[in-house]
Amino acid sequence: MRFSKSLIILVLSASLAACGDSDNDEVEVTDPVMPVMSYEFTVQVTNLTNAQPLSPIAAIAHSEGMLWQIGEPASAALELMAEGGDNSELLATDFAMASSSAESPLPPGEQVTLMLSTEQLDSLKISLATMLVNTNDAFTGLNAIDVSSLAVNESLSRTSFAYDAGTEANSEAQGTIPGPADSGEGYNEMRDDINRVAMHPGVVSQDDGLTNSVLTSQHKFDNPVARITITRTQ
Amino acid sequence: MKALPLTLFAACAVTSLASQAAELDIKLTNLTQGLHFTPILITAHNSDSKLFSVAMPASTALQTMAEGGNLEPLMTEATAANSDMVANPAEGLLAPASSTMASLSTKDGNNYLSLTAMLLPTNDGFVGLDSWMIPAEAGTYTIYLNAYDAGTEANDELVVEGSGMPGTPGIPAAPGGNAGMNGSGVTSSETNMMVHIHPGNLGDDDLEAGMSDLDNTVHRWLNPVAMLTVTVK
Repeated sequence: MRFSKSLIILVLSASLAACGDSDNDEVEVTDPVMPVMSYEFTVQVTNLTNAQPLSPIAAIAHSEGMLWQIGEPASAALELMAEGGDNSELLATDFAMASSSAESPLPPGEQVTLMLSTEQLDSLKISLATMLVNTNDAFTGLNAIDVSSLAVNESLSRTSFAYDAGTEANSEAQGTIPGPADSGEGYNEMRDDINRVAMHPGVVSQDDGLTNSVLTSQHKFDNPVARITITRTQ
Repeated sequence: MKALPLTLFAACAVTSLASQAAELDIKLTNLTQGLHFTPILITAHNSDSKLFSVAMPASTALQTMAEGGNLEPLMTEATAANSDMVANPAEGLLAPASSTMASLSTKDGNNYLSLTAMLLPTNDGFVGLDSWMIPAEAGTYTIYLNAYDAGTEANDELVVEGSGMPGTPGIPAAPGGNAGMNGSGVTSSETNMMVHIHPGNLGDDDLEAGMSDLDNTVHRWLNPVAMLTVTVK
């Protein structure tokens, strides 16, 4: 709509210019143009874990919907991300007004900044999700954080918990973990766990009593696992 | 139009009766993947009538709840203290990743909210909220709750039927049906006899033997173990 309106204005001003009435040009052109309001946010994520790289972080801007709910089965998009780190379907979530992905996994102790730009501020929420890759199906993130009242240059910070997608049993077995600890299988459409999203119980590891685990004490984690700062920049 | 007088009434109630009687809607979510909560007790009480105190020995009533899920002694004490309470809102166990709702009307002076429920399978673990001050301002508040250890029973991690009585060693039940047997016992002593943050279940990977009857991939947890949403009306 806005595009076609400005086209009309361009045509109008062009025809006015053609009349040679150059004195009035500026007024005629600038007055009716509706500026497109743009709201911009940065999402900075810090990986707080010892040895759990975070898969490329997916962030979305939206006004409704949730990426997951405790007690409900994981969506297919969440399962794909939580088991294998593939965030493509999460980024394409139907209720997302804007989306952004980190280019690469986020190593422990490092941080990354993503940007989101929207044309709506009313009821605006930001969500993000990422896999702890040296696990079967652990993920972390934030769900529908309201940013509609943030002023320009104002920030909010949160820490995030480790969740379990509930779609793959936490066997920690060789061949089942996609991260560098195993380089095993990521996504598998079979659901052999409780099929509800819950908090993650943590990894056990071969050093703490799970003989068949490919993980070591290095891969253990505790809450919180990430720190997130959302800043409105425009 | 209908909602307007109600809203006005709520606003007046908040300003004129601040920190006195309140109407609460409460939602408790079990965040864990593998633990059940036994019947839940929620009380609104004065500053003295707490359900538990960290770094203090558990009362016999708390011990009875934490070792076997029996709320009766805690309820008797709460009634005697003129506390307001909701007992067993989930009507039994609250399963992993499940929620229950309750409403509570509090009397003047009962300005603190507390909550307990035993965690199964544990020896004497419980989810707890100790004396959260009920806000005077209407709104919805979210509180994350941790797992505590009553400090009254050694965490041997052996599932023993009928072990829910105070002083009887063992875990009375594993409601998920996913525990093992024939464990030798993780420990036979409790070194910290005060109420403390639970060190967590250990478990093992041998359901037929080993030290623990618990499964180390199922029965462990990380805090928080519950989310409490309180709407002050």
